[in-house]
Amino acid sequence: MNTTPATAAMSLLVGLAGQQNAGKSTIFNMLTGANQHIANYPGVTVDKKYGSYRYGGTRVEVVDLPGTYSLSSFSLEERVTRTFLLGDKPNVLANVVDASSLQRSLCFTLQLLELEIPLVLVLNMMDVAGRSGLKIDTNRLQHRLGVDVIPTVGRRRDGKQDLREAIRAAAVRREGKTLQPGYELLEPALEEMRQAIDQTNLATHYPARWLAVKLIEGDEEVLGQVTWHLGGGNAELQQAERLRDSFFEQHGLSTADYMAGCRSRLAADIVDFCVTETKKDRASLSELVDQVVLNRFAAPVILVATVFVIYHLSIVKGYDLTQYWWPILASLRALASDLLPAAGMLDDPYIRAMGLWMVDSANALLNYIPIFLILFSLIAILEDSGYMARIAFILDKLFHAFGLHGQSTLPYILGGVFAGGCAVPGVMSTKSIPDEQSRMATILTVPYMNCLAKIPFYTLLVNVFFAPYKSWAMLFLSTITIFFALLVARLLTSTVLKSMETVPFVMELPKYHLPTLFGVGQRAIERTWQYIKKVGTIVVAVSVCVFTLLQFPGLSEERHGAFHDKMDQATATFRAKIADTPHGERFADDKALLELANLYTDYRTAKLNAGSGAAGVDDKFQAAAPELFAFLKPADQDAKTVSTALRQLDSQRKTLRRQIKEEQIVGSFLGMIGKGLEPLTQWAGFNWKVNVAILSSFAARESSVATIGVLYQEGAEENKSLEERMSAETKDGGFTPLHALAIMVFFALYPPCLATTIMIKVQTGSYKWMLFSIVFPTLLGFVVASGIYTGGSALGLSGIQMMAWFYGLVVALALATGLYKTWSDKAPPIVRVPDFRTEKG
Amino acid sequence: MARQRFRGGQKPCMLKDVRSGCRARVRCHHGTRSIRQRLLDLGFLPQAEIDVIRRAPLGDPIQCRIGSCCVVLRGSEAAQIEVDEAETPRDAEHQP
Repeated sequence: MNTTPATAAMSLLVGLAGQQNAGKSTIFNMLTGANQHIANYPGVTVDKKYGSYRYGGTRVEVVDLPGTYSLSSFSLEERVTRTFLLGDKPNVLANVVDASSLQRSLCFTLQLLELEIPLVLVLNMMDVAGRSGLKIDTNRLQHRLGVDVIPTVGRRRDGKQDLREAIRAAAVRREGKTLQPGYELLEPALEEMRQAIDQTNLATHYPARWLAVKLIEGDEEVLGQVTWHLGGGNAELQQAERLRDSFFEQHGLSTADYMAGCRSRLAADIVDFCVTETKKDRASLSELVDQVVLNRFAAPVILVATVFVIYHLSIVKGYDLTQYWWPILASLRALASDLLPAAGMLDDPYIRAMGLWMVDSANALLNYIPIFLILFSLIAILEDSGYMARIAFILDKLFHAFGLHGQSTLPYILGGVFAGGCAVPGVMSTKSIPDEQSRMATILTVPYMNCLAKIPFYTLLVNVFFAPYKSWAMLFLSTITIFFALLVARLLTSTVLKSMETVPFVMELPKYHLPTLFGVGQRAIERTWQYIKKVGTIVVAVSVCVFTLLQFPGLSEERHGAFHDKMDQATATFRAKIADTPHGERFADDKALLELANLYTDYRTAKLNAGSGAAGVDDKFQAAAPELFAFLKPADQDAKTVSTALRQLDSQRKTLRRQIKEEQIVGSFLGMIGKGLEPLTQWAGFNWKVNVAILSSFAARESSVATIGVLYQEGAEENKSLEERMSAETKDGGFTPLHALAIMVFFALYPPCLATTIMIKVQTGSYKWMLFSIVFPTLLGFVVASGIYTGGSALGLSGIQMMAWFYGLVVALALATGLYKTWSDKAPPIVRVPDFRTEKG
Repeated sequence: MARQRFRGGQKPCMLKDVRSGCRARVRCHHGTRSIRQRLLDLGFLPQAEIDVIRRAPLGDPIQCRIGSCCVVLRGSEAAQIEVDEAETPRDAEHQP
């Protein structure tokens, strides 16, 4: 034993180890509750989750180790786990195993036992095992393994006290013999090796028996460690190598394979001894379902149907729900508007303007919450039921042809493959892809998917410029992004990502499970919360920057004065009109007039937001401002005169405010940048207004429509829709569908919003890739958009013709790339024919 | 560990060549390092019996059953697992 038994007064360090999908996280949550922290293991991007609890006066710190299948040193997770177990020397190891697949879990447990750390076996998911007809005799298991076995159901928090008690007991236990896997034919050699190791200083660093096992297995990391401690070419290493070679000669099997076989047989033996199967139809039920779901002909149909159902329920139905959700957000804005300093006649206090801008930016994003809740719930159902893994199986070949992975499916669906999603949870979910190269390619291409925020902008342009071909244009936009993502993935994996580690596609297909309401709800809320956090932090922060860039340096004194003169004229007209009424004196004071004007604006906004509940708005305003309400809803002739004049005043005020805003944007920093870029962006057909929209949309794509809305606001007072305004103004300005096509394609390829790039930084662990994810799509988008605009103009093609040609080109390119890869994979391996001249002798 | 053993010059049978619906027994792994370890972890141990259930609709990956669990792997990985075909159906000559 190399760990010191702890007394009750000391604090304990507990490592939580287990295979993937054993429910380690739920056990971790059960043990530590809310008291958790996340850090990184030194030098790697693997999350280190740790938490603590108190039990019987002892402080217990729990480290949630990454999920691993075994304890070799091939994968990063395994190396991290091993380094922690050998380096930090935890007092107790809690090994979480999936009770429903005990045999494979035990292979890992046997490897842990060799580390000679006091161990508690957490037999999790007992309910699942029970349902699938497995009866596990925990007493026998305890007896065979020589460690405490605690049955738990992590999701229901069953077994929490037992487990805490067992951990404490294991930490102080001094006697008792735990099972050590035996290696039959290799035992004599192992014993010899162990004795040799005992003579060296290695025994103080590692358990001797474990080291002997690893040396004979030929574990590369251990070989390296031994070389480091004892110097290269030492007797122990040579002895181990001789042994491995002679074993291979004798048995035709590597020692490592043989030893894995020994452990596996032992695990099978234990399972035979401790587990009785009462019904055997569970596995075959999954297989029966698979016969239909994975059938060569039915599988694609079912897959398409599933994606369609997801699209319909989340996007179509979700939009219906936003009708009920938006008034709540609008009332939040109204609340903010009340709390902030009141508006001036023409100029608002900065704090008010900025506050409302922030609320508007956030609301635009928060509006999608119902859609995300439905979308993420459905995706969680797919994951928990086991169908997601099958989608990966069905589509792997397609993805693989472009350097991606079957498990890229989930990130793509979350990112909004065609239905609209969000790249933030999409990038987050790439975590589960084991292949580093495919994972990076997925991270860098998920942002090409159609995030929900791109859609309003597409809709706007399509309605203005492609109205007769609306559905074709939308189909074009929703599918071209997939082809582009695949092409970019192929490009990246064969260039910048080429040298990255690739891991083979070997995956367990889980049995079908009925998802639980709790599990699905929890995941859906967790992912939606990530989205809300993005809105709450990054988007708000960036919206302030954009606001500043749009606001400053502001209007010149002269222009400012001119607008004020116009406003003064308007107020003078108002006063003249009401001079004959008994209310004439009442609004002689500017302050009183401003109050009335603001009240009127609030009233109109409230009326618009309320829709059918307009009667309630009247009551509210009457209660809040009983004296002034008479002018909002006039009852007598005098009040009516005031009301009419007020309406005119309000209209003029709005017009002036819009004009100021537009001039402000034209002269703002962002406007200057947009204008400055015009010589370059003219190749893509972008004017400065489009440039400003693109720049401002970096904060969050939602703001692009808002910015365009401000820039194309002539005619807004006649209640023309943004579509009509844009259409009237742009068509006069020589803006054609070809321009619109170039903009839309640029928008499809355009870099991810800031929140996504930050998530890319988190997931790749490097600023370099984050920067790449911004620069590369910008260049790509610009080159492609320029090609469309300049090429289309040169060939004299119309917007829709160019769209068709461009689509054909991209699809052909994608097909060619995919087929080339598949074909080159099929090419026969090069067989080395022995050179007969040298073999003559 | 990648040393191949040819018996009588005969080309070894690989898991990739086993038809869907057939059973095979693992002889040894030609793959090394992480792929070999991963396959061992998932139960592709020497002497383990494997049922090849089906191919994905596009022909790859391959779905196998080991014991009570289902594992899918790509053809390129299955081409590194040397097997003995345990039960060869009569029409095995027709296989591609």
